Amino acid sequence: MWFDNYEVGNFFDEMFSKEGSARPSARPLARAIASLPPGELENRQRAAERALLQMGITFNVYGEEAGVEKIFPFDLLPRIVPATEWSLIERGLKQRIHALNLFIDDLYHEQRILKDGVVPREIIFSAKSYREQCVGWNPPRGIWCHITGTDLVRHSDGQIYVLEDNLRCPSGVSYVLENRQILKQLFPQLFSTSRIRPVSDYTQKLRDMLEYLAPEGTTSPRVVLLTPGIYNSAYFEHSFLARQMGIELVEGRDLVVEDECVLMRTTKGFERVDVIYRRLDDDFLDPRCFRADSLLGVPGLMQACKAGNVALANAPGTGVADDKVVYAYVPRIIKYYLGEDILLPNVPTYICAEEKDREYVLEHLDELVVKAANESGGYGMLVGPHSTKEQREEFASRVKANPRNYIAQPTLSLSRVPTLIGDRIEGRHVDLRPYILYGRDIFVMPGGLTRVALKKGSLVVNSSQGGGSKDTWVLADSPQVNMTDSSGVEIGLTDTPQPKHNKGSAPPTGAGVKATSTQSAKETQEPSC
Amino acid sequence: MLSRVADSVYWMSRYVERAENVARFIAVNLQLLLDNPGGEAEQWAPLINTTGDHEDFARRYGEATREAALHFLVMDPENPNSIFSCVCSARENARTVREIISSEMWLQLNKFYLTIKSAPKNLTQTDVLQEFFTEIKQSSHLFTGITDATMTHGEAWHFCRLGRKLERADKTSRILDVKYYLLLRSSGDVGTPFDDIQWAAVLRSASAFEMYRKWHGRISPRGVVDFLVLNREFPRAIQYCLANARDSLHAISGTPYGTYRNGPEKLIGQLCSDLSFASVDEIISHGLHEYLDELQTRINSVSAGIFETFFAFKAQQPQKRSARPLVQSQ
Repeated sequence: MWFDNYEVGNFFDEMFSKEGSARPSARPLARAIASLPPGELENRQRAAERALLQMGITFNVYGEEAGVEKIFPFDLLPRIVPATEWSLIERGLKQRIHALNLFIDDLYHEQRILKDGVVPREIIFSAKSYREQCVGWNPPRGIWCHITGTDLVRHSDGQIYVLEDNLRCPSGVSYVLENRQILKQLFPQLFSTSRIRPVSDYTQKLRDMLEYLAPEGTTSPRVVLLTPGIYNSAYFEHSFLARQMGIELVEGRDLVVEDECVLMRTTKGFERVDVIYRRLDDDFLDPRCFRADSLLGVPGLMQACKAGNVALANAPGTGVADDKVVYAYVPRIIKYYLGEDILLPNVPTYICAEEKDREYVLEHLDELVVKAANESGGYGMLVGPHSTKEQREEFASRVKANPRNYIAQPTLSLSRVPTLIGDRIEGRHVDLRPYILYGRDIFVMPGGLTRVALKKGSLVVNSSQGGGSKDTWVLADSPQVNMTDSSGVEIGLTDTPQPKHNKGSAPPTGAGVKATSTQSAKETQEPSC
Repeated sequence: MLSRVADSVYWMSRYVERAENVARFIAVNLQLLLDNPGGEAEQWAPLINTTGDHEDFARRYGEATREAALHFLVMDPENPNSIFSCVCSARENARTVREIISSEMWLQLNKFYLTIKSAPKNLTQTDVLQEFFTEIKQSSHLFTGITDATMTHGEAWHFCRLGRKLERADKTSRILDVKYYLLLRSSGDVGTPFDDIQWAAVLRSASAFEMYRKWHGRISPRGVVDFLVLNREFPRAIQYCLANARDSLHAISGTPYGTYRNGPEKLIGQLCSDLSFASVDEIISHGLHEYLDELQTRINSVSAGIFETFFAFKAQQPQKRSARPLVQSQ
């Protein structure tokens, strides 16, 4: 009954094919949901929301009264990524991060790519996030972008595109880990039969990577997480990651630099810090080096960093590759450094700094998405088809005044995933942010943050603008025949669960029949976390 | 551990304890008002006086009516020592140290906060209030129990205990003081059965009635003072609390007992030793109120010393709220 009136529409649906039958990888889930009685999904959704609120899994909303927290809206229906598709994503992301790291290193050293005219100089030197202070500096192990959260989207053509590289302080990974915790409690049977790849070792991998950056000769390095403090919108995540890794969560005022070494104030005096996972933008890191009015940072931090006495992740200066105009050059960057074609394509992008592109953009504002180079969180963006004439005129004058700062892309028709809206399931648009760690090698977390635009028809998935999140299930391999339901009947959208299937699949012993009902009873339990 | 973290952990547990004790405070007054055969007008000013926040109250509310006093002490967000503010502050401190405390502690404190937040804003009915205070006491006990059962008994835990026990010692002395203010009003009652009823109410508000019975049997002012100030085994007695606080302070610094390495260790050592050799008769002849007043001042000096020794940041901008309540409770 849950999928009876579900409409795929003119979109790519991650769970159902155009004809309306469940995709092979999603069949166990479709079957499990179809078998739930009316009202059950809402109950589980409410239980999940209660758990989130009680666990204090919240984010702060800027512009509202200080300390106001909201739970990050969460939808209990997961998004499923089949194994073969994931393997392409994984290879594509590794390739991209590898090339971007070489690119950043080159920019702060020989600048070969600029000399060879592959990326125009003025694009780099006018980027807000290009840091002259980093020229000539060698970060530990030659790694700049240690932690990346790349945004991926799927268009109606079925192709997965890279939408954005988040190389500065990507957030959201804590929701991935907590969402998984909750889903395991809501759908325990599916986890035992579906071969879903675990994500929980992310924090161990993160800590290993951070320790790997410690200055040579440090036997047991002290790693800390530097947060701007409790009023930052991602504070929950900072605290969560510090706790999961078992490292200290510090604020700028806990640290002091003496003799080019970073020390933290403890109840027993000062102690040396070797690696800092900083969740503070470059601008605020060190008032002596970057913004002088920053109270959040640590005076002298950059000097300690350059002296090799402390490692920062991500390295200062990394943000230059996060510029939305630089993004447009990534396919050429990959080709230049690796001699390979890009595996996961970019969204076709018009660069307003280039005259031909700009003319096209100005003529087609009503069809395109226009983005400012240095904004994030969905701010500073024009979604052409949803815009008013006034908004378009305003953007046109902004683009003309500062073409360097704008790019434009065709409006993508993001793929959709079934989502619980009130008491029924409807399709909603999603994107996907996997997390990549660059340490000894490049590791792509098998999963990621699926963000969903909960408002009907909306394409904006940002949490600050009405977006929510879903768990992402990356499958270990192609789905096998479901062990508890050997009937092999495909469940389509119009299929209602047939009681005889359950009976038919029950093992001959009487205990087997009971097993089904016990399991579903177990599923309805509230999460106890 | 980080100084800032120690500071937050200490204040987190201190604020939880404070919320519980403000509830106890009001509960004793409500009890005393119920046993009021003379039908006298309700007295709320003495209660405000014992909290030490009477100036703020007078400025913003004027006369101490039942409604005003209850609002000020229970739900007033502008009174930093109202139950509401204490729970909010405890949670704000906990939020900054979530990686230090256990998830269970956070979960309980967050539930506590959600309970208070959803409580009606104008609680004045006695029966509703009693139920509300019972819930607050239980939430606080649960938090303390969870702290003891789920957190490593290391440095952070000792800072928790230190904050809790100093706060409790201070507040037990104030609960005793409520009775002093009421005595002022009706000194004619001293030694009457009515007086005994009042002392019993004081004991009840410190959850001490039954334990007192086992110890002293008959209720007498002398016995109650002896029990709540000098008992070494009752967990809300001042002597017991301060001995615990001293033990935690020594556990944190590693200094052997009987010696001291910093200001607060010296102060609390002297305080404990004075209590060890004090007798109830001396306290009463000295004047109970004066004795308690001096005790509160000395406990405040210990708190100030802890701040200086462990939390204060050298040559930095002044830091957040931590220093403020010390001043306020004087």
